Amino acid sequence: MIQETKVLTRHENVSGMEEVENYIRDGGYEGLKKALTMLPQEIVEEVKKSFLRGRGGAGFPTGYKWSFLPKEKTKPHYLICNADEGEPGTFKDRVIMEHDPLLLIEGMTISGYAIQSELGVIYIRGEFKWIAEKLECAIDNARRANLLGKNIMGKGFDFDIVVMRGAGAYICGEETALIESIEGKRGQPRVKPPFPAGVGLYDCPTIINNVETLACIPIILQNDADAFKRMGSFQSAGTKLYGISGHVNKPGLYEYPFGTNLKYLIMQAAGGIRNGKKLKAVIPGGLSSPILKADEINLDMDFDSCVKANTMLGSGGIIVIDEDTPIPEVALTTVNFFVHESCGQCIPCREGLSKIQQILTALLDGKGQNGSIETMLKITQSVNGSTLCPMGDAAAMAIQSMITKFREEFDTLLK
Amino acid sequence: MSASPSPYLTQESEYNLSEDVVTKITEMAASFPEKNSALIPALHLIQDQFGWVPPPTIKQLAQLLKTTPNKIYGVLTFYTMFNLKPVGKYHIQICRNVSCSLLGAKHIIDYLTKKLHIQVGETTADGKFTLTLVECLGACGMAPVMMINDKYYENLDEKKVDQILKTLK
Ligand SMILES: Cc1cc2nc3c(=O)[nH]c(=O)nc-3n(C[C@H](O)[C@H](O)[C@H](O)COP(=O)(O)O)c2cc1C
Ligand code: SF4
Ligand code: FES
Repeated sequence: MIQETKVLTRHENVSGMEEVENYIRDGGYEGLKKALTMLPQEIVEEVKKSFLRGRGGAGFPTGYKWSFLPKEKTKPHYLICNADEGEPGTFKDRVIMEHDPLLLIEGMTISGYAIQSELGVIYIRGEFKWIAEKLECAIDNARRANLLGKNIMGKGFDFDIVVMRGAGAYICGEETALIESIEGKRGQPRVKPPFPAGVGLYDCPTIINNVETLACIPIILQNDADAFKRMGSFQSAGTKLYGISGHVNKPGLYEYPFGTNLKYLIMQAAGGIRNGKKLKAVIPGGLSSPILKADEINLDMDFDSCVKANTMLGSGGIIVIDEDTPIPEVALTTVNFFVHESCGQCIPCREGLSKIQQILTALLDGKGQNGSIETMLKITQSVNGSTLCPMGDAAAMAIQSMITKFREEFDTLLK
Repeated sequence: MSASPSPYLTQESEYNLSEDVVTKITEMAASFPEKNSALIPALHLIQDQFGWVPPPTIKQLAQLLKTTPNKIYGVLTFYTMFNLKPVGKYHIQICRNVSCSLLGAKHIIDYLTKKLHIQVGETTADGKFTLTLVECLGACGMAPVMMINDKYYENLDEKKVDQILKTLK
């Protein structure tokens, strides 16, 4: 049996963790205390050494991202916490923010010190209003205890955090769209390069990290980089929050060592398939990740193993689908989502996806035409690599994988 | 909706931002390095006051943030959470994404339309309920899920929906 390792979710069943005293009593703020005795550069090196990789989806090594900031500080640096949590299948960051808001705030404060920033912004999805309020309350508490604001812990470091709620646009989870949104604009991704570390919020150097990533920072500092590495697998250090939804007996959020086997997560942790049914398919890392067939789930859930299996770890949102579910219907729900969320800047994403939507809708209505499955596949290929942001690609790959892996179900609709 | 005049023609005085909202918007604008960052938070505050974002308030907001109504309108229409017209006292937003669909969201949607005698996108004749479909609400492990005003309701079934609606006066 693999042990569930509760690190980021260790206060899931405890209340009152937005109070500084309670958080400190349980070991909180040891990380910041230590960090403020170090040089910012030393913290960046420690985070690099920890092998921490971003939990927002792409798995970029956090310490390296931080070191892309300009060497000489000539403008303000900003830290953004991505709490947009929009990827369907994902409900993880909310658990950290709801039950351990000061862990995120401590993580942001340490990160702010490491990247020499004086202002952090938490961009949280608009629907999570009560969580935004909880964060604001925790921020106030931290300020009163001199753990945020001017001259933190008397060490001459100034840092503050503001919370901003989004307003229901999935694309604002993409980092440059998110920056636009904080600037009070439509959430449309920017052309990259320049990358945010050079030109970000208000055209200043900006670091964007996911909630789960930032919540790992105090854990790394409290002990050290090696202790953090030992919790995960070789390439992917630490623990991972896996959200399991769909046809399992015990849907929910599980925290396991990074790289825990997918089959174990579904069949053991989440109690297997509901109603004694058989497994048909799994979407392993949020709706943007290519689907897996039932016989492909003997897979270590880390970034590299998922890429090898032609899918993505993404957000770790695992969607489990049983034998009774028609995949073409799942595909339609998927394409409906992406059409709805396309920001409209790139033709392949805007037009290509809605063309697929039309064809698939007709197919499911029994009005499919010969060759229409081929047309859909051709469109998914044409989206590939020709868009401003990764959403167009991700949507195309997700749909393509459903069609190719469950082709016979689509073919049947033509008969 | 009844045959009320177009919101664009209504008297502006009906839609004055409250002093409290103006203060909060001004504070929000001061907490960011640039004023414009207060735009989306301000639209939330306006919607909290009126239940939607009435056009006359856009003009007032433009003055507060030193921008133009057109720019605000462009932003406002991009984000699905902002209501461009009034909604019922209780705005039911139900998730239709994959995890919720797998666990019967469609059934719950049908049940609600029958129970409330409205189609998706409509408001009941008494102005009490509006029913809207939304994408993933970030609560997939507790599917099916809906939101009524600011509150989440999870693990829905018919019985639970009945109980919830009964508490909404
Ligand atoms: C369409 C799209 C949606 C995204 N949504 C999210 C999101 O909801 N939360 C998140 O943390 N990252 C999201 N990302 C990834 C971010 O762009 C960014 O890579 C991430 O926040 C970086 O944080 P990390 O380095 O800590 O992973 C999204 C990316 C794309 C292309
Ligand atoms: S790929 Fe789609 S979502 Fe991304 S920028 Fe282009 S149109 Fe917008
Ligand atoms: S799919 Fe319904 S809340 Fe995520």
